[in-house]
Amino acid sequence: MITKAHSSEYPADTLLSVENLTLRFRGQSNDVVDDVSLRVRRGEVLCVVGESGCGKSVTAMALMGLLPVGSTRISSGLLKIEGESLCLVDTVVPATLRGNRIAMIFQEPMTSLNPSFTIGNQIAEAVLQHRGGSKAAACERSLEMLARVGIASPEKRLSEYPHQLSGGMRQRVMIAMALANDPQILIADEPTTALDVTIQAQILNLIRDLRDETGMGTIMITHDLGVVAEIADTVAVMYGGQVVEQGPAADIFADPQHPYTIGLMSSMPRLDRPGGRLSIVPGTVPTIAAMPKGCRFRTRCAFANEICGTRPSLCDVTPLHSVACHHAPLEAHIEVAV
Amino acid sequence: MSDVILEATSLVKHFGGSDSWFGKTPKVQAVDGVSLRVRRGETFAIVGESGCGKSTLARLLMRLLEPTSGAVMFEGKEVSSVSGDALKTLRRDMQFIFQDPFSSLNPRMSVGKLVGEPLEVHAPDMSAQHRRDKVAELLRKVGLRPEHAGRYPHEFSGGQRQRIGIARALASGPKLIIGDEPVSALDVSVQAQVINLMGDLSRDLGLTLVIIAHDLGVIRHMSDRVAVMYLGRIVEMGRTEEVFANPRHPYTQALLASIPSMDESDAARRPVVLGEMPSPSNPPSGCRFHTRCPHAQERCKEESPTLGSYEDGVACHFWETLAIDTPLPIPSPRSDATQARFELYRAATEGGTVTHKKPQPETATKQHREDHL
Repeated sequence: MITKAHSSEYPADTLLSVENLTLRFRGQSNDVVDDVSLRVRRGEVLCVVGESGCGKSVTAMALMGLLPVGSTRISSGLLKIEGESLCLVDTVVPATLRGNRIAMIFQEPMTSLNPSFTIGNQIAEAVLQHRGGSKAAACERSLEMLARVGIASPEKRLSEYPHQLSGGMRQRVMIAMALANDPQILIADEPTTALDVTIQAQILNLIRDLRDETGMGTIMITHDLGVVAEIADTVAVMYGGQVVEQGPAADIFADPQHPYTIGLMSSMPRLDRPGGRLSIVPGTVPTIAAMPKGCRFRTRCAFANEICGTRPSLCDVTPLHSVACHHAPLEAHIEVAV
Repeated sequence: MSDVILEATSLVKHFGGSDSWFGKTPKVQAVDGVSLRVRRGETFAIVGESGCGKSTLARLLMRLLEPTSGAVMFEGKEVSSVSGDALKTLRRDMQFIFQDPFSSLNPRMSVGKLVGEPLEVHAPDMSAQHRRDKVAELLRKVGLRPEHAGRYPHEFSGGQRQRIGIARALASGPKLIIGDEPVSALDVSVQAQVINLMGDLSRDLGLTLVIIAHDLGVIRHMSDRVAVMYLGRIVEMGRTEEVFANPRHPYTQALLASIPSMDESDAARRPVVLGEMPSPSNPPSGCRFHTRCPHAQERCKEESPTLGSYEDGVACHFWETLAIDTPLPIPSPRSDATQARFELYRAATEGGTVTHKKPQPETATKQHREDHL
């Protein structure tokens, strides 16, 4: 049963929220991120999930203020971090936030470290930039951070260059660098996609441990539903720059409502239900210019009809779980004859 | 169908180790004594982490690389000794699908030309019109449209490009296709489309597939038998179902335990493999997994365990005495409503007729929220 959402419910331990973020790139006629609202609480991992081209990374970049100012237009968006508000329209996210209170790690640990400086140098730079103090203190801090992210013999690693480290270690260094200034929010953009499964498990464990230790909030962007199930407390499913379903991870997995969420879950090859054909999501994500009006998923949705020409808003399934689909719950509104 | 189509015996491939201007280059033991058999009509998977030598092995099987020692037999013929016309026949019978559909297609050739090229080589007598028809048929077979033949690779998405790569591999009418991570560059929804396509094709055309992958879910879904590789050696081989249900080698167990699962988020149960894979230029002595193995004993450091079989086996000294926990997650039962929803979805995407029920009273009161959060 779907009821109206209560917007006044705003838990006190909310660490970061972004409200109604809408942005487009210069020369585009459609919004790349369309009215996205997300919220992370203390010690919580929010996973933003979706295929490539659905606006996950752009949303994260906008929060970090990393989008090129000249070619991006943010038409609405309010960032709240621990009660302080910052309107994202036509502003540059100040350095007191970026890298200091919000830190980010990227997908490719190979390309996001500078190959011509030592590990120690690069972590210390982040510390000096935001905290000042002496170089010796910054080096001390680098050493401490390397030890904390589980790098063996950190003294030795401090003076090594990125090419001397493996992919998993580089990602650990990125995490050390991101956390050197004790940020309240960590944004991780596909942090384990480039890594092998055994190393991925190690990195996810590390992020979880650090979260428990520091109480930081984490926004993790991923396309891997396995990773989501592993680490997420809450989930936002994005499609075509819009949030189509969000809620506690347990609810999303036990009671997925949006056809896109169901499609994503059905198209994962399973370890426990092998064989046969996989259900698929037909076609591919349209380009931003070719996004249909109304429900953006309707061109790939098996259940779409004329009502989908108007945009569905996020409606509550339960107070915490909401979905943007005219036909949810499917079993009450749809019949399929084979 | 039990006849063997492809057989490798003690394959070894070492790179480097030669003297150069800059001193001796390190010797990398990419593949170190691999023996396996692939039966006609089956889907055989090779799985392992990056650096374990699985891609090198695939290239050795195809004779895209010359082995340092060992032999590959394709339909009873030695692959490494053929040349001339026999090699051309071999290339017709064995085809390769590459991982990256963005760099494996020549951007300056139209799709028709790309798919038709193998036909020009292997069936030079075919008339141009006949070839065009054949290309159209191949494109239809992989789910593209014949009119796509005039377009260029950059006009296609990743999934479509992988379909072009598959059409190109099918053009010569091969008996065996080796796919090196054929779906790992694709998004999950597109990946499912390509997996279905490859399954359909192998069944309809009676193809033998050898799939290299690191995604265990993909392997579980697609393959009949699987070989698990670690640092250039096969550590376990067997029927996919059995290997997944009852992994015998500690490395296989660790791999399976590392897969994030959709059903169980209890992270504490996961025995995570410690450390990282050692460099293949300086592999550990004895059992190569002993540096990361929780069960390693003295004997593992000195004596190298062998698989002892071409088809089924485990290379571990102690596997019979190891306590095996079944790392496969038990699927949590779906509620009836959720199950109904998944079935509706499946039926609808497989061509069922969708009807929309009349709005019910409770949904008439459905309101949209005008504000967020």
